[in-house]
Amino acid sequence: MDLAVAVRNQYDGSMSTPTFQDIPGTYVFTGERAIQGRHLNRFCMSLMSPGNRARFKADERAYLDEWPMSESQKVAVIGRDFGALLDLGGNIFRVLKIAAVDGRTTQSVAASLAGQSTQEFAEMMRSGGRNPIGLRSVSGRF
Amino acid sequence: MARITAGIGSSHVPAIGAALDGGRSAHPDWAPIFWGYEWTREWEREQRPDVVILVYNDHASAFSLDMVPTFAIGCADTFAPADEGWGPRRIPHVHGHSELAWHIANSVVLEEFDLTFMNQMDVDHGLTVPLSLMLGQPQEWPVKVIPLAVNVIQYPTPTANRCYRLGEAIARAVRSFPEDLNVQVWGTGGMSHQLSGTRAGLINREWDTKFLDQLTSDPDALRRMSHEEYIREAGSEGMELIMWMTMRGALGPAVRELRRFYHVPASNTAVGHVVLTPVAD
Repeated sequence: MDLAVAVRNQYDGSMSTPTFQDIPGTYVFTGERAIQGRHLNRFCMSLMSPGNRARFKADERAYLDEWPMSESQKVAVIGRDFGALLDLGGNIFRVLKIAAVDGRTTQSVAASLAGQSTQEFAEMMRSGGRNPIGLRSVSGRF
Repeated sequence: MARITAGIGSSHVPAIGAALDGGRSAHPDWAPIFWGYEWTREWEREQRPDVVILVYNDHASAFSLDMVPTFAIGCADTFAPADEGWGPRRIPHVHGHSELAWHIANSVVLEEFDLTFMNQMDVDHGLTVPLSLMLGQPQEWPVKVIPLAVNVIQYPTPTANRCYRLGEAIARAVRSFPEDLNVQVWGTGGMSHQLSGTRAGLINREWDTKFLDQLTSDPDALRRMSHEEYIREAGSEGMELIMWMTMRGALGPAVRELRRFYHVPASNTAVGHVVLTPVAD
């Protein structure tokens, strides 16, 4: 069979969130998540401008209120609850813009998402990272 | 005639650029990584490519979620380093090759690869960290660069096979460009890593090694691999490895591996690097 056709048939499954939910502890930024996080992600990107960063730092709540975000999204931003931000449709590369405002490293955000201290996480990485054994599939297919 | 003489695969971890720019390349966390690229820096000084077609992804720098091109080719003559939230890297601006970029665009669109054309674009660590790793810290970059940005963040992302076939089409375009140019194609990103969720920090050395083996010996196996498998085995950001497939597709059916380097970790990521050359039929 022509390879392109073989590949297409294999991809006949959905490209939506449920397809990826068998992979534990993993966010895949699908169209559903883009809808859910639309305004949250646009707010994050606004922090790319120095003027907006200054206004946000001066009064976070007032700046957030300029965006049509949900209350839980705003609370998660103020609390720097990155897990909640991803659950509410945030995209990792966008919510990292909030960490950049705080001068926080990507690794410290990754550690908090994994429920580990930054030091513990850094040590795990130096020892070869997180082993995928037992972390491939919720259903046990893999 | 222009010709593709080699392909390079490489991770593009932002912290590598920060370590280099901050003068920390001799630090024990980073020295093994820069050492691992020394062979290639020396080799590139001999090869002296005229143009690099650099396949990479933007990380919310030039593209917000307002616009997400699946494949975007840089047609500008200059690309400035992007401000990714902590100021742009203090490195030379990247110079493009507009004539070859438009020639590729003309050719691949007729082959039904509908690229987005970028006439103004800043380039982030996805593009500039591989330049630093392969070419060091010169006053001016010694090559022209055609950026080829691939969406690997907003699903649906393209398939590995689509990336490979785009590489094949780019190779046909390069071969029909009349100027005598030594062209390399670099595929960047990966290897296994994941930044979010409770699996954050995932590294799969075994799978990465097999990917590097199959890149030379059995690329069809990597072309057939589903999105789900890339994510499951290499982590959510391991999806970036589909960009290596464009490089591989551009080299033709048979290749020889000249150099391989693998190191864990750079920050949160498994660093993988290969240098491949096409083998004539």
